Amino acid sequence: MKYITSFLFFWYDFIIGDDWRNAAATLIAIGLTVAALSAGIAAYWIFPTVIGLYLVSLLKTT
Amino acid sequence: MSTSQIFLMTSTFLACAVEMVEALTIVLATGITRGWRSALLGVAAALGALAVIVVVLGPAMARVPIGTMQIVVGSLMLVFGLQWLRKAILRSAGRKALHDEDKIFVAEQQIARQHIADIKQPIDWYGFTLTFKGVFLEGLEVAFIVVTFGAAQQRIDLAAYGALAALVIVLVAGVLIHKPLSRVPENSLKYVVGLLLTSFGTFWTAEGLGVAWPGADLALVVLLAFYAILASLIVRQMRATTKGATA
Repeated sequence: MKYITSFLFFWYDFIIGDDWRNAAATLIAIGLTVAALSAGIAAYWIFPTVIGLYLVSLLKTT
Repeated sequence: MSTSQIFLMTSTFLACAVEMVEALTIVLATGITRGWRSALLGVAAALGALAVIVVVLGPAMARVPIGTMQIVVGSLMLVFGLQWLRKAILRSAGRKALHDEDKIFVAEQQIARQHIADIKQPIDWYGFTLTFKGVFLEGLEVAFIVVTFGAAQQRIDLAAYGALAALVIVLVAGVLIHKPLSRVPENSLKYVVGLLLTSFGTFWTAEGLGVAWPGADLALVVLLAFYAILASLIVRQMRATTKGATA
């Protein structure tokens, strides 16, 4: 049980870490890219835009 | 060597160097406080366990289709890179305390001293466990970095060379100065690695999903420049805001 808990904690810490918005920004970028590709729209700008917006949101960190 | 292969070696080297400095701090604190024999046995046992994991995990990763590998590894790399970049930005802007290897070294020594009675036994199991745990956990991150970065480009050899170079440099530095590597500018390293991982993660995840990058591999350089400029503007803005608030 202890090993399963530490294994799960390792992955939680790896993916979520101190700020869950990291993982959320990545998931949003993936979702928007898949949607744009399915609609036949060029999607190379989506990832840099979403990640860029996440980084800009750090300005609100006190 | 292509742009992405140079990026692969550089980011593996830097990311592994950071993890190795952390492991070295624990080993030095334990070795100096509780004696080297058990500390080094702990290191050897951890390296053996890691070797088994890499031998089992490496070939299994190579069998996963490249597109899937790029999405999985790219997104993990992006999340991991963003965590480091976020911390590095906040530290550079003075909104988070700097990682201090000297403080960690002293704290590890204090923990090691609390169980000083065990030292008289033939093997100091406390010292052994401390270094085993430290080297195994940091080493697991190194192994993960090497196997995943390498497999995503189907060049585990290049990633392993990057890690090996980091190991040699950190070990030589550790043996020479025999103290925690507090002079390594860890925040700057994490800043650079965070930028590299974020750029790599963006590139691979999008490519794995089917995005055609303009300029192919050269897009990596553009992404790196974009994130670097953006991060430095954010740090500058944060510093200005902090200065304005304290004035």
